[in-house]
Amino acid sequence: MSDSNFKRFVEVGRVVLLNKGPSNGKIAVISEIIDHTRAIVDGPTTDVPRQSFPYKHLTLTPIVVAGLPRGAGSGVIKKFVEKEGTVEKWEKSAWAQKRLALEKRRKLDDFGRFKVLLAKKQRRDVVRKSLHKAKKA
Amino acid sequence: MARSKELVPGVGRFSRSQVFARRGLWKGPKKSEKPAATEKPAFVEKVVGGDKNGGKRLVPTSKAPRIYPAEDVRQPKKSRKTPQPAHLRSSISPGTVLILLAGRFRGKRVVFLKQLASGLLLVTGPYKVNGVPLRRVNQAYVIATSTKVDISGVTIDEKFNDSYFAKAPVKGARSAEEEFFEDGKPKAKEAFPESKSADQKAIDQPIVASIQKVNDLVKYLKASWGLSKGQYPHQLVF
Repeated sequence: MSDSNFKRFVEVGRVVLLNKGPSNGKIAVISEIIDHTRAIVDGPTTDVPRQSFPYKHLTLTPIVVAGLPRGAGSGVIKKFVEKEGTVEKWEKSAWAQKRLALEKRRKLDDFGRFKVLLAKKQRRDVVRKSLHKAKKA
Repeated sequence: MARSKELVPGVGRFSRSQVFARRGLWKGPKKSEKPAATEKPAFVEKVVGGDKNGGKRLVPTSKAPRIYPAEDVRQPKKSRKTPQPAHLRSSISPGTVLILLAGRFRGKRVVFLKQLASGLLLVTGPYKVNGVPLRRVNQAYVIATSTKVDISGVTIDEKFNDSYFAKAPVKGARSAEEEFFEDGKPKAKEAFPESKSADQKAIDQPIVASIQKVNDLVKYLKASWGLSKGQYPHQLVF
């Protein structure tokens, strides 16, 4: 595997982001690979019930729960995930942060969007002025 | 109507709107003073000769028809429905900021004041802030936002009804020439009635005061609304 260019693999213990269904947007752990299209995912700490999930509708994250035995049940997965702090790792990642920010933006009302516009304008102004100053110096 | 020949009893050759167009009543009012109809009595007492005829008899003034149509002509059903003013959308309440979508002020954000009897919404810019005067708008051409302006200090007089905004009717026929020109020159603009501008100021003054209390709200109302690339109104939250 060391000669592969790929970094993320479908493997037992791989943390995945679910993109469809009732658990859309949540993360889960691969517990068992069923075949080349589906795996059993489980997220006892993220409210994802144990289920078969097609790869088509999930994204692999760089996080792996190390040492997770194949076909582990919810209890075992929970123990491993809590020990490794997997959920915190995910929440701290730039990816999760960006998703959170995007969601926040989407939920803004018209006035909120306008305030963002004003803040962006202000930021642009500061950047422009300081850049001008730096160029002069 | 003679022009609409009956195809079968009760069904004319032309539709209602076609008959209307052919009758040409829409061309203009041709009113003539009709003499007031004097009511005829339904019966007239007549003297009848002969001993055994009772001397007098009540005779109907209009004779009953001698024959009755064999086919029943169906009477068109009368509608008992009357147009009702539109219900106010639940997202709109006094003080709600609305986005106008049609008319010359489209894209402007305005403050909703109240619903008029006709169902139209009374809104104001305020005029000082974004140039939108007291105005009636149809709620179909409006987006309601979740932003609200405190208008508890505003008293909206009863005089702001639909007739307040109605145009004064022009009496008599006027040519288009007369309407726009005066001695060969375009007519001078009529001055905006002072009472209306005073009304505008009286209504707007407390609204502007409460707007200024909230950060950026003046800027918000001043700015006009629009969609940029990748924005779809049905996906936005207002």
